[in-house]
Amino acid sequence: MIEPRSTTPGTIDREIPSSLNQLYQEVILDHYRKPRNKGQLDGATHAITMNNPLCGDVIELMLRVEGGTIAEARFLGRGCSISLASASMLTGRVRGKSLEQALELSRKFTHLLHGDGALLSDDDLGDLRTLAGVSKFPVRIKCALLAWNCLEELGDGTDADGGSG
Amino acid sequence: MAEMTDTKQATGILASERPREAAGSRDAGEASEEGGWDLAAIRAQFPILSREVHGHPLAYLDNAASSQQPLRVLRRVERYLREEHANVHRGVHQLSAEATEAYEGARRSVAAHAGTRDPAEIVFTRGTTEAVNLVASSWGDASIGAGDEIVLTKMEHHSNLVPWQLLAGRTGCKLRFVDVTPEGTLDLDDYDRLLEGRPRLVACTHVSNSLGTVNPVREIVDRAHAAGALTLIDGAQAAPHMLTDVAKIGCDFYAFSSHKMCGPTGVGALWARRELLEEMPPYQGGGEMISDVKLERSSWAKVPHKFEAGTPNISGVVGFGEAARFLADLGSEAIASHEDTLKRAVFERLDEIEGLHLYGPREGRTAVFSFTYGDIHPHDLSTILDQRGIAIRAGHHCNQPLMDHYGISSTARASFYFYNSPREVDVLCDGLAMAAEVFGGIA
Repeated sequence: MIEPRSTTPGTIDREIPSSLNQLYQEVILDHYRKPRNKGQLDGATHAITMNNPLCGDVIELMLRVEGGTIAEARFLGRGCSISLASASMLTGRVRGKSLEQALELSRKFTHLLHGDGALLSDDDLGDLRTLAGVSKFPVRIKCALLAWNCLEELGDGTDADGGSG
Repeated sequence: MAEMTDTKQATGILASERPREAAGSRDAGEASEEGGWDLAAIRAQFPILSREVHGHPLAYLDNAASSQQPLRVLRRVERYLREEHANVHRGVHQLSAEATEAYEGARRSVAAHAGTRDPAEIVFTRGTTEAVNLVASSWGDASIGAGDEIVLTKMEHHSNLVPWQLLAGRTGCKLRFVDVTPEGTLDLDDYDRLLEGRPRLVACTHVSNSLGTVNPVREIVDRAHAAGALTLIDGAQAAPHMLTDVAKIGCDFYAFSSHKMCGPTGVGALWARRELLEEMPPYQGGGEMISDVKLERSSWAKVPHKFEAGTPNISGVVGFGEAARFLADLGSEAIASHEDTLKRAVFERLDEIEGLHLYGPREGRTAVFSFTYGDIHPHDLSTILDQRGIAIRAGHHCNQPLMDHYGISSTARASFYFYNSPREVDVLCDGLAMAAEVFGGIA
């Protein structure tokens, strides 16, 4: 029988696996603890709240679209470091883009999370590339995509109305 | 007949099943400190406990979600499938007789676990959830009307909440909820106030699946009866840890699951007083549950078969029965004593950790511990611990209203069972220390 790991006080083995260091990069923890663009967005033209019923994470994404361009994006919500960092980064990356361009970014980000390494050199993704480590943790991909699912819902709604930029 | 052969294994652990390398292990040494609880031999009964996860020995601390199955159960199910399988209750041939005996033998074992002498009071279901749904549909639809009240608590698992919400939707009855104190126990003064509304039913969990609180079910049942209400106790988190005595509790319905007490998934039991079962209309219609069928109407089989429509999960039930016998052989006092050791270890070690908040009472609880750790989200904790082979649960544990009550959206939950080692508490603490390091400290 394999014994549980022994522990001698003072010599605790807590070597951090590289997969964890790649998942929890400093920039991700920084977005988690100091999220950008978090709060209510006055004059929002688009807003949607989505949750992950399995874990209770909730993100509300708000956009102010002017002349076909996302002038501002903000979010509210609660969740793990991955879902909140991803939401925080999203709000920074989509500003100045058309909804169509934002949805293209969403597609690229989804591919990145599913292990498409070529996208690591895609500057359009910016600091979102630090979330590539999530690809090693398939059960956490849904965390990283929660805010992006909001964006896609908003984009779909706009397409249906024929108002996509 | 099929049951008799199992008595050969009645002492629990066969010497031949002990791996040799375990004989001199530290787990074995640890067991001798506990006066006869041979943890190494017990762990050897559970092959899955020997596996590694991410290069580390598995520390399985998600027992409140589902427990592991010992060789005895795995072998009993295999033997049933290899040698005894046929449909139950209908064939004249030998295999059908053996399958029926295995199935009904399991009912006797599960009845003994629940503390009833009448196996006919045990209805096999898919699990606790279906047992509660059965009562809500059968008894509820027949007995509950608009304006009637049902008292639940704020610590119910969704499985003892949503079926009553559905009943309320069908009948217009009202649901009332007993408050939970900051310590995580039921507010019995609030309960008394709710009883003044003369509810028809009180449905309450025996043990909270996220706080570990052992509720004073005898007291709850007595007060309910005095107010004229029937009582349903959700025993999903209690039956694995203690021999249930429905007679002592005095309740009217008791529900529990196989897979949380070393048995297979997809099977559980509803215990109910025989006269209630006899009065209640069938839950589902089909084969097995009838006595006589005409084109326009049918009459029902006797209890419990009236509530077991269709071919049941026979192999699952056979495994469930073996699991009940396994627990009986271990002895609920020995199980409780070892779990006390684990609880002490948890309090001793986790209390020391700065930024760690344990939920639930200090006394009168089982070894299921919900906690938060600084600003590290429970999902992140779970991911990090998993990399050390430690399986814990993160989330709302099907307890969303309780999480709302504490103003949180989720917790991490480490739930221990009799095969866990105090050393696994140390492993958990090391994992938490690593999590703090990954997050660059605890904020």
